[in-house]
This record gives sequence, C-alpha cells and structure tokens, in this order.
Amino acid sequence: MMELLQTLQLLGQDLLGPAWLPVWTAVKIMIIILPIMGGVAYLTLAERKVLGFMQIRPGPNRVGYWGLLQPVADGLKLLTKEFIIPNGSNKFLFVAAPVLALTPALAAWAVVPFDDGMILADVNAGLLYLLAMTSLGVYGIIIAGWASNSKYAFLGALRSAAQIVSYELAMGFALVCVLLAAQSMNLGEIVRGQSHGTGMLGWYWIPLFPMFVVYFIAGVAETNRAPFDLAEGESEIVAGFHVEYSGMGFAIFFLAEYANMILIAAMTSVMFLGGWLNPFHGWPVLGAMTDAIPGLIWMLGKMSAMLFIFLWFRATFPRYRYDQLMRLGWKVFIPLTLIWVVVVAAWMQTPYWLW
Amino acid sequence: MNKLINFFKSFLLLELLKGMSVTGKYFFARHITVEYPEEKTPQSFRFRGLHAQRRYPNGEERCIGCKLCEAVCPALAIKIEVAERADGSRRTTQYDIDLTKCIFCGFCEESCPVDAIVETRVYEYHGEKRGDLYYTKEMLLAVGDKHEEQIAKDRAADAKYR
Repeated sequence: MMELLQTLQLLGQDLLGPAWLPVWTAVKIMIIILPIMGGVAYLTLAERKVLGFMQIRPGPNRVGYWGLLQPVADGLKLLTKEFIIPNGSNKFLFVAAPVLALTPALAAWAVVPFDDGMILADVNAGLLYLLAMTSLGVYGIIIAGWASNSKYAFLGALRSAAQIVSYELAMGFALVCVLLAAQSMNLGEIVRGQSHGTGMLGWYWIPLFPMFVVYFIAGVAETNRAPFDLAEGESEIVAGFHVEYSGMGFAIFFLAEYANMILIAAMTSVMFLGGWLNPFHGWPVLGAMTDAIPGLIWMLGKMSAMLFIFLWFRATFPRYRYDQLMRLGWKVFIPLTLIWVVVVAAWMQTPYWLW
Repeated sequence: MNKLINFFKSFLLLELLKGMSVTGKYFFARHITVEYPEEKTPQSFRFRGLHAQRRYPNGEERCIGCKLCEAVCPALAIKIEVAERADGSRRTTQYDIDLTKCIFCGFCEESCPVDAIVETRVYEYHGEKRGDLYYTKEMLLAVGDKHEEQIAKDRAADAKYR
C-alpha cells in the first residue's frame, strides 16, 4: 500500500511538476474520505444489526445477503426524496447548516494517523486542531435549529449546544493528561510515546484509565449518541435539530453524526489504545505471531471495538434526564479530570512513571 | 460509611457494567424472530381462518339452509336465501359471508348441525378490491373442495373434546 502510493507520487511529480502537490493532496483526501463514507454507511447497518442482536432479533436481513445492501437501499431512498425547505425558514442558513455540520466532521480526519506515517497532515498541533474541529460541529447544529424556525428544532439545538459545550471541557482536560504523558500534541508522537512498554501494557489507558473512561463517555455525549441523545429525544422533541430536514439534508446530518462517531473512536484508539501499535508486541509467543499484521489493521480493529461499545451503550442505557446530564458533566467529570491532571503531573515527577 | 461505599460503587460504574453484561449476553442469544414467509408458527387444529362450505363424500353439499349460523352471527356477516330444490330437499340459493364484517368468532361453525360451514386454517388470502372479500356460496364451496382433507383431519382431531 505505502510503496504503491510512493511510486504513484514519484510518477506524478515527473508528470505535473509543482502542480502535482494540490492534485496529490486531493487524491489523498479522497483516499481518506471515501472509506469513511463507506464506513458510515455500514456503521448504520452494524448499528441496526447489533441493536437487533441484543434484542434477540436478527435485524435487517431482507436487502441482499444478511442485509448487506441495506445501506445502499437507504441511501437511494434518501437521495430520491424531496428536500423540503420550510416557508418560514431562513433559506440560506437552512441549506448551509448540514454542510457546516459535515465539513468539520470530515476535516478533523486530516490529522488522524492510520499507520506510522500514514497521515494527511502531520501537524504538531494536531490535538488542538482536533479539538477545534470537533467544537466547530456544534455550529451546524445550532444553525440548523435556528434556521428551521421550528420550536422542536430550536429546543433540540439549544440542548445539543449546551451539552457539547459542557462535555468539551471534560474532554479537553482528559486530553491534557494525554498531552502531559506524551509531551507532544502531534498525534503520531502520542502513539509513538506509547510504544515503549511491552505491547498494550505500554499504552496510556493504564496510567490514564479514569481519563480513558471519561474521554469515551464525553465522546459519546459529544456526538449526541444514546444515552446522551437529548438533542434528538425522539419521545419529547421528535428529532431535535433536524426535524425540518428531509431527503439529502437529513442524510448529511446523519452522515456527520456517524462520521463524528468514527472520529471519536479513532481518537480514543490513538490517545489511549496505542493507535497502530500491536497490542501483543514484545509478548512471549503472541508477539512473534502478530507482529506481521500491518498497523492499519490494528488501528481499524481498535476503532471497530470502540464503535461496538458505542452501539452497546445505545442498546443498554436509557436516556439521561437533562439535569442529570449537566450534573454528570460539570460536577463529576470536570473535577475528576482536574484532579487527574494534577495526579499525572505529580506522578511524572517521580521515578514510578513507567510510560 | 454506607455513603462512602455507595460513592465508590457509582464511581466504578458497577451498575452500568452489570447492565452491559445483560445486553452483552443477549447479543449471543438465539433469535426468537419467526421469519414469516419462510418460517411459520405452528397452528392449532381449532384455528379459525377463512370459511369453507363442506360436501359429503358423494358430492352433495352439506348445508340444509337452517339459518342457525345467520341467526347466531354476532357481526351479521352471513346472508342466506333458501328454496326447495327439484328433488324436494331444502337447499340454499344464496349463502354469502362478508369477510370484512366477519370477526372470526367461530359461532357459525359451532351452531351448524351438519358441519357444513367451517373455518379452515387458511389465513393467507387477500382482496384487492372491497368486493373481493365478499365470499359467495360458490367461492366457499371451492375453498371447501380445495382443503377438504385438512378440514376433515382437524374435525377428527377436535371430535374427542366436543
């Protein structure tokens, strides 16, 4: 894979000269975006399958073998539906909102390392960039809620905005711990910082275990997934901020939500689960057996495991009440993360810091 | 002290993990879904589905036009006209069941002194127009002819409980 890309790049440089760089970047963006789109499509199927299995039923199984063509059918259905723009809405913002929701969800992928060196933009402030991009996603939601000129949509947008802003803090502090441990904001460096121990014992999920949990739960809240899906709240406010959207507009919001989910899963793997590293590296027998597996596979495997937990949460937990949600964010997570920042900082000054 | 234990219990997310273990267990459980067109649930021999008119083995229709079923029908779904046939026997000239009115209570079958009107196990039928579900005597007899074997077997199985 990497060799193929390298030969392709050399070939292009000879062919186009300086004009090659933007073309090459666009190609690389496509290489990242298209699998994400496919992943989103099949994540919807996986979600329905997992929910079905946990409710002792088979889930979708009519379209194609084992329901494997279901996402295609859903996509076609949404594409052919009419995109209705409500009369009282602010038309420009109404159309712009789905785009504003999707763009940051996809842009954030620029700094995610899939393998050693397999990264679109190896920037040193990768962590900051990620935080900035995931925070921008809330604009799409607020604008969608406001531009719809509908009360349900507005309520959903307000809930969602408040929720994302409060959990961003806990998330940020959890990432500060990672930053302290890795002493770098470059995501590639963070993964490399976890390669010193033997296999998965060297990853940050051990010293930063509370932060790992907090980060993942905050990530669930950040993406407005169950049990923190008050912004959608089917039973109270119908669908929240995207009630007024139909057809492709709705599909894009859907896409953004699931792309964000995959992103949170990828970030959790990079920050706490050693990204592309082999979990058994350096172990007696397993290490030698598994070292040949490419890093990309490990990365994708870890992401899938995290995504499965997302779906598992949805199948298990009932929705939080709004005040409970706020209490959890402000009165539990933020103090906990603050304390752990101090603990980690102090721990790193002692000789007992092994990571 | 109790407060402290509760604090740690909730902090270690024990209850959440317990909940997740339940759903996790069901993830591997056997599905209970019956995938309908391919699989079907077992039926009782008392199943009350589409109506049928039966005949005797010699081909003579059983119905004698006593109108007991018409009288007992709580939904007024049955309409019967009776006349004397050329051989002097009492026969129906019209025997209609409106399946859009019928509530499938089985009273007609129970009231019948000659086991002429019965409810079969057939439940996969449909009508594309409203009138399609208005079954006339000929249609009911045709249903009976088609399923006579099954009908006779079900009556025999049920006989010892009557």
